[in-house]
Amino acid sequence: MNIAVLSGKGGTGKTLISVNLAAAAEAATYVDCDVEEPNGHLYFKPNNVTEKEVAVKIPHVDPALCSGCRQCVDFCKFNALAYIRDNLIIFDEICHSCGGCVMLCPEKALSEKDKVIGKIQKGISDNVEVHTGLLKIGEPSGVPIIKTMLEDQRHRDQDSTQVLADSRHCKCEDPRRRDKDVAQALVDSRHCKRDDSSHHDKKPIQAPKVTLIDCPPGTACMVMESIQDADYCILVAEPTVFGLHNLDLVHQLVTLFNKPFGVVLNKCLGDDHLVDEYCEERSIPILVRLPFDAELGRLNAKADIAVRKSEKYRALFSNLLERVIDEVQHEATAHS
Amino acid sequence: MKIAIPMDENKLESNVSESFGRAAYILIYDQETNESLFFDNESAESRGGAGIKTAQMVIDKGAGILLAQRLGQNAADVLKAAGLKVYKTIDGSAKENLEAFVTGNLTLLDDLHPGYHSHGAGGH
Ligand code: SF4
Ligand code: SF4
Repeated sequence: MNIAVLSGKGGTGKTLISVNLAAAAEAATYVDCDVEEPNGHLYFKPNNVTEKEVAVKIPHVDPALCSGCRQCVDFCKFNALAYIRDNLIIFDEICHSCGGCVMLCPEKALSEKDKVIGKIQKGISDNVEVHTGLLKIGEPSGVPIIKTMLEDQRHRDQDSTQVLADSRHCKCEDPRRRDKDVAQALVDSRHCKRDDSSHHDKKPIQAPKVTLIDCPPGTACMVMESIQDADYCILVAEPTVFGLHNLDLVHQLVTLFNKPFGVVLNKCLGDDHLVDEYCEERSIPILVRLPFDAELGRLNAKADIAVRKSEKYRALFSNLLERVIDEVQHEATAHS
Repeated sequence: MKIAIPMDENKLESNVSESFGRAAYILIYDQETNESLFFDNESAESRGGAGIKTAQMVIDKGAGILLAQRLGQNAADVLKAAGLKVYKTIDGSAKENLEAFVTGNLTLLDDLHPGYHSHGAGGH
């Protein structure tokens, strides 16, 4: 079961909540998709860390074969290619690795080469398997790293439950044929889109294990990638005017993706009427209110996991997790 | 020599566009024939890499000189590869800038902006 935790901006306590939920579960995987600034591992301090690089394919030109037809330049939607003075120029950091130009080139002058954009670390922290995505500075998009981490997750789910095996496997045909429409289709399929989750959207009835997905802040494509496979979304917000604005943005996103969701209010000082009214008008459940509490602040500042240090917080996060699992199972039965 | 200028409106009396890649039109002024042509800039609406594509267009139209307020790094790389000279515009219309250029009152643009190609809000 995949539970995504997201918020409209950083610093709302998104990591605090996903880390503690994972720690409160019997067995969980915590996937840090905030690849520009992954912080979860600082709390978990995982052992036995293994690392693997994530690379994307970018085109490489053989000038001896290039005829200068410029089909690739005209094709590239991202304008990563230019043809100047009989030379093809490739802008690596603009390229989105769609592979279209390579398939298209009539002279076979283009080939794919690997470019490392970051890495994934995996380690263990008691009951939690910790996965951390790290994007290199200057890289345009962490989507390939997030995709790799979540695909790993998907395949493991498939191995362990029969229910998942058929429903989730993506049956997209491999469009590696050299014609323009097919190349275009591939561009579309590889590029992140808001509605391309439709072929992955069957939900498991009974999930073996909980996966907490700590999403990047905001609502851009990396967030969309992170929540694609989520069975439930937790929106973390602060009960302020700014918090409400940010909540509104993520609310629109999860509505667009048609995901079941609920709100966790963090840093509550007693007056939450702004967010209360917003949620009431839209029938959004408020799952829990975390008070602005010195103990939690202190544990958090020391990068301690509250659930592992305090019975009070273990109870609070266990309840929250149970409630979310209940809602997911309720959804699953309602839709099956 | 042909001179290119990014424009938001297709009139010589209008101001030079603040942006290169996102300008609505590219004005090509031909010094020999004294002719001004405005071309739609298709990349104005594109998702990233607009500067690269606009630079490609300026080069394909045969311009040897570009007058602009500022330029992204990628566009600058393309223009440099093609050997174009870029001059910094002054406040005012395209017409005034062409006059200033002819009389030698524009300076070469060398404070090139780093390119903006982050995936901010809104995504791509
Ligand atoms: S499509 Fe191939 S041959 Fe044509 S310009 Fe591009 S690399 Fe060269
Ligand atoms: S792989 Fe796709 S994005 Fe990259 S240069 Fe080729 S067509 Fe453009």
